[in-house]
Amino acid sequence: MEYKISNRLRLTAIILMVVGALGVGYSFLSSHVTFEEVETMLANESHHGDGHGETTTDHTVKETHDIAEGTHDTHKTEAHSDSHDSVDEHTKHVNHVMHAMHNRPWSAFYIAAFFFMMISLGVLAFYAIQYAAQAGWSPLLLRVMEGITAYLLPGALIVLLIAVASGTIGHYNIFVWMDPDVVAHDKLIQGKTGWLNTWGFAIRGLVFIAGWSLYRYFSRKFSIAQDKANDNKNFKKTFRISAAFLVFFIYTESMMSWDWIMSVDPHWFSTLFGWYVFAGMMVCGVTTIALITLYLKGKGLLPKVNDSHLHDLAKFMFGFSIFWTYLWFSQFMLIWYSNIPEEVTYFVTRIEDYKLPFFGMIAMNFLFPLLLLMNSDYKRIPWFVVMTGVMILAGHYIDVFNMIMPATVGDQWYIGIPEICSMLFFAGLFIFIVFTALTKAPLEPTRNPFVKESEHFHY
Amino acid sequence: METSKVIHAIYNDDDVLMAAVKSVKAKKHHIEEIYTPFPVHGLDKAMGLAPTRIAIASFLYGCVGITVATVMMNFIMIEDWPQNIGGKPSFSYLENMPAFVPIMFELTVFFAAHLMVITFYLRSRMWPFKKAENPDPRTTDDHFLMEIPVHGNEKELHDLLSQTGAVEINIIDNAH
Repeated sequence: MEYKISNRLRLTAIILMVVGALGVGYSFLSSHVTFEEVETMLANESHHGDGHGETTTDHTVKETHDIAEGTHDTHKTEAHSDSHDSVDEHTKHVNHVMHAMHNRPWSAFYIAAFFFMMISLGVLAFYAIQYAAQAGWSPLLLRVMEGITAYLLPGALIVLLIAVASGTIGHYNIFVWMDPDVVAHDKLIQGKTGWLNTWGFAIRGLVFIAGWSLYRYFSRKFSIAQDKANDNKNFKKTFRISAAFLVFFIYTESMMSWDWIMSVDPHWFSTLFGWYVFAGMMVCGVTTIALITLYLKGKGLLPKVNDSHLHDLAKFMFGFSIFWTYLWFSQFMLIWYSNIPEEVTYFVTRIEDYKLPFFGMIAMNFLFPLLLLMNSDYKRIPWFVVMTGVMILAGHYIDVFNMIMPATVGDQWYIGIPEICSMLFFAGLFIFIVFTALTKAPLEPTRNPFVKESEHFHY
Repeated sequence: METSKVIHAIYNDDDVLMAAVKSVKAKKHHIEEIYTPFPVHGLDKAMGLAPTRIAIASFLYGCVGITVATVMMNFIMIEDWPQNIGGKPSFSYLENMPAFVPIMFELTVFFAAHLMVITFYLRSRMWPFKKAENPDPRTTDDHFLMEIPVHGNEKELHDLLSQTGAVEINIIDNAH
């Protein structure tokens, strides 16, 4: 069935992009606070509320600052803490807060860009798995997945661009290891410069993106060619490249997560981080497939998709949500249990400054899908799946937020104009690209060897 | 005790059996029982059997399991003797919760799984040394048997069943 993007949807996407771009522009302009402005802001903060003594409040502010600082420049703080007087401490504190406020629009923009890129990368991996596993239920949904993965190339390039720009035109707003001044005073980062250097970062990023996009380009090409072919040669080719892609993917996804996310905290490392990011992107990807499938089905464009397909997608949402929680907990519990200072600061900053988002996302990403999607009947009810899906996507935005923000803005976080408008901008771009890509090919593959099975799929 | 009669129709193909079930149901005859050597997909739906509630039971058993784990460890580790073991905070359950999660998880699964299996045995009346209720040993190998009670309509049933492709039709007297 041919799909034509409705004018209303295109207009919505454009409005989202325009409103988002305005908000992002505003947040970049308004984030250029000067030293004096931050100083008065902090002074006002400490004079707030007559009940507290001025000194105590000041002290608390400084303490949180020290903890937030702990992630990037423990060395600097330690080296200078005794030798300098309180005036210098004050200057350093104001500078730190000022830098955090400058970082906020960068980080918000980067988080939103990464979030939508991660959805489409997750869908690409899921798509490759469907081919490699020769799944019989999913061929009816392959075109929806191909539409979502159309966002991958532009989306991933934007993520890489923001990352590199933050260290070139920006003032090292996301990755401190890009700042030569920080590296000069930091033995730990010096030891990692073999991996963490801007050129290496950019080249690795381009290699990852090239690999993913090549697979996406050829699988899409073969998938469309299969519709008009007389044999299954194209399907077999896709099967082969999917298997190869999955090997490439699991290596590059892991390295991508070190580069693009873990390196915001260059003093910290975790071995299962790649898997953790992978689980998040899979659950977001499957959720997005379900939401877009329901939208298209609601318009009567996917008549052969039945509630058993929905049931399977909801099962994957349920399963991957639990898988994500398993990895989240494994990472958290191992570090919490052993409590090694150099590792545990990662969670200390998050629990001290990000208590609500950090624990709130467990409710959104685990308890909510666990309880709502456990019942087999509920998994077939569209509004139930949509409700859970929206909650899961919001929860995983918070997850990415929790991974980036504590390292860049510390306790200066808030979900306000920079964060919301960045999300609106990329949501608009995502909708625009995905739904435009969906118009490029019939929504139901006709000659896929498993499509008959998929049409009669019943669970 | 009155003597009742049942009719045993034997089939040797599950597709034929399914078609037979549908035509017997269409004629509004009650099917007492069907014996098959393996699960026949869709048979329960064709017979109109109510869906199982064992998953709901299992969920509730899981809730019991997590409660047992929480109450047990809260009493032992926090209330009864809150020792300092390797610096782990034992001031409240929540503070030391990550350490308890593996046990909470395992006990939830343990209760959910085992109590569900026991429920299944009880509801299906299965236990060791139970006398097998098997009307015809061939139904454990390659034959399918449909049992229909007879209420004076022997002839009608016999005709109906022979039309559905039964390979053998027996009328059995049994005392209930």
